Amino acid sequence: MSEHPLAQLTLVRFREFVREPEAIFWVFIFPILLAAGLGIAFRNRPPDVLKIGTLTPEFAQSLRREKLLDVQVLSGAEGTAALRNGKIALLVTPATGGVVVYNYDNTNPDARSARMLAEDAIENGAGRKNPVGSRDRILREPGSRYIDFLVPGLLGMNLMGSAIWGLGFAIVDARRKKLIKRLVATPMPRHYYLLSFVLSRLVLLAVEVAAVLGFGWFVFGVPVRGAIADLALLCVLASLSFSSLGLLIASRAQTIEAASGIMNCVMMPMWIVSGVFFSAQRFPDAVQPVIKALPLTAIIDALRANMLQGAGLAQVGPQIGVLAAWLVVCFAVALKLFRWR
Amino acid sequence: MPDAALRLRNLRKEYKDVVAVNGLDLEVAYGECFGLLGPNGAGKTTTIEICEGLTAPDSGDVELLGLRWSTGAPELRQRLGIQLQETQLSEKLTVLETIRLFRSFFRKGPAPDEVIALVQLDEKRNSRVGALSGGQKQRLAMACALVGDPDFLFLDEPTTGLDPQARRQLWDLIERFKESGRTILITTHYMDEAERLCDRVAIMDHGRIIALGTPRELIASIGIEHMVVFSAGSAGHPLDVSALTRIEGVREVRPENGAVRMQVTELHRAVPALIEELGRQAVPLTELRTHSATLEDVFVALTGRRLRDE
Repeated sequence: MSEHPLAQLTLVRFREFVREPEAIFWVFIFPILLAAGLGIAFRNRPPDVLKIGTLTPEFAQSLRREKLLDVQVLSGAEGTAALRNGKIALLVTPATGGVVVYNYDNTNPDARSARMLAEDAIENGAGRKNPVGSRDRILREPGSRYIDFLVPGLLGMNLMGSAIWGLGFAIVDARRKKLIKRLVATPMPRHYYLLSFVLSRLVLLAVEVAAVLGFGWFVFGVPVRGAIADLALLCVLASLSFSSLGLLIASRAQTIEAASGIMNCVMMPMWIVSGVFFSAQRFPDAVQPVIKALPLTAIIDALRANMLQGAGLAQVGPQIGVLAAWLVVCFAVALKLFRWR
Repeated sequence: MPDAALRLRNLRKEYKDVVAVNGLDLEVAYGECFGLLGPNGAGKTTTIEICEGLTAPDSGDVELLGLRWSTGAPELRQRLGIQLQETQLSEKLTVLETIRLFRSFFRKGPAPDEVIALVQLDEKRNSRVGALSGGQKQRLAMACALVGDPDFLFLDEPTTGLDPQARRQLWDLIERFKESGRTILITTHYMDEAERLCDRVAIMDHGRIIALGTPRELIASIGIEHMVVFSAGSAGHPLDVSALTRIEGVREVRPENGAVRMQVTELHRAVPALIEELGRQAVPLTELRTHSATLEDVFVALTGRRLRDE
């Protein structure tokens, strides 16, 4: 094997990584477990059957023609109680003059759906003829499910976590043990030291991305519609950006505690606002420019555009710009601040 | 070739609240093993780290192997072997992997296996660093300093915290390096270590050199050659100490913890005279020890303090 210092330093990074079982868990196993858990929780179920109640058998007969409704005949008092405590979403009652009364909470989406289904069933049962003919074509296409939204988010989160943790802890630990100082006392070129982290990161990155995407594809059929080369390039760029952010975080910290404090301060807000688990669009418009400027938002948006919409690099230009800016600025500042002892 | 391997001129380094090195001048000759001695906080580590190019002095000049850090750093790094105080090498790597890493930084030097054999870690070559004992770790640190076949070796308290056997093994290693004719600068607060290894020593205190010379010269300079320590007498029958000062060749008599310490010039005259005097006073002798003056005694004589205030 090569005795070149950069090769040796990079090998050391690998050895230290694979001899740390916890690191392997957090980097490879955890995202897969998370995707599996969330994938199961949000799996596509057959459409829910809505429970409703009515007071008369006549109504019940009409309503039962609608398969998505589960109809119970109740007394007046039972019906009111069941509606109040949420056992049924809708109570259909007769009123004077043959009018039908739909009792429901109009802020509850289930209740609104139940009302529409119930009205159609009652009207059709009473002999309504629809003036315009219609039929249904059901679409349940990969690419629009929650798991499809989630996998790019988890991939982005993983890129960030492994780069920042991987670099940050390793560097601060080496500094705490005076190992950096010891290495600086040899003829080792300093940029090789930093470069070895980046190189080992890129190799591990390939494994991580393959693990998460492969799992999503095999188990849930999550698509990758864009070019694989584009996707790889985005992952590499993101990993480099997060690595330089990690480098900046670790550039001065002397203890693991200080470093992990800073890491949490940096990563936690991004986990929340950058759209890992739910769309970043839910935050107010006023903060959208800030959210869009975050590296995690940029990579997640770009990954979703690539994987789900098949977007090319040109279409994710703004996100690439954001990531590149973080890369350059953090690296430059980190080099200036880096404490070599 | 310049005449001195290391030349320090008027070196000064101040930290926030303390002057660590206060106008230091020093020359170390080629092939010399030079010791910097002193208590903790005397400025030894700051001085050696300035020499190693790891700390920049506030003022003063460092000339090392005829080079200066400002212009000759890459060359110097290749030619120095450095062992820092309290470096923890990566615990997850094996001995061989660690040596290969350090070896890869140097242009020339022995093969990793040769260095491992030199520090007698052959049996541990594939063990993780984390599984080594303190002495083995220190020998590994030494191996990392030797991989580049250095012309100048810096050792900062290499045996601190080691058991006597591990210290002796490390001393053997240092002596073998010394025999190859290369230069060593070592800091220590163990006087026996300095007396055994060093050709010359400088005693440091508060950032200055307060004494410089060979261990023998320094010991001779304080005019004490031997120390006699004894216990005699009892509460009911105390010893008349003043009579002892009249013995020929006795320079100082000092009671200490129930015993008496006497500085004497000639042991073969002072000890019989002491026994005779005790016989005259009819005081029984319960304990008698003699030792030759050490660098420790030099430090006490110069500063009035002990080296390690524990």
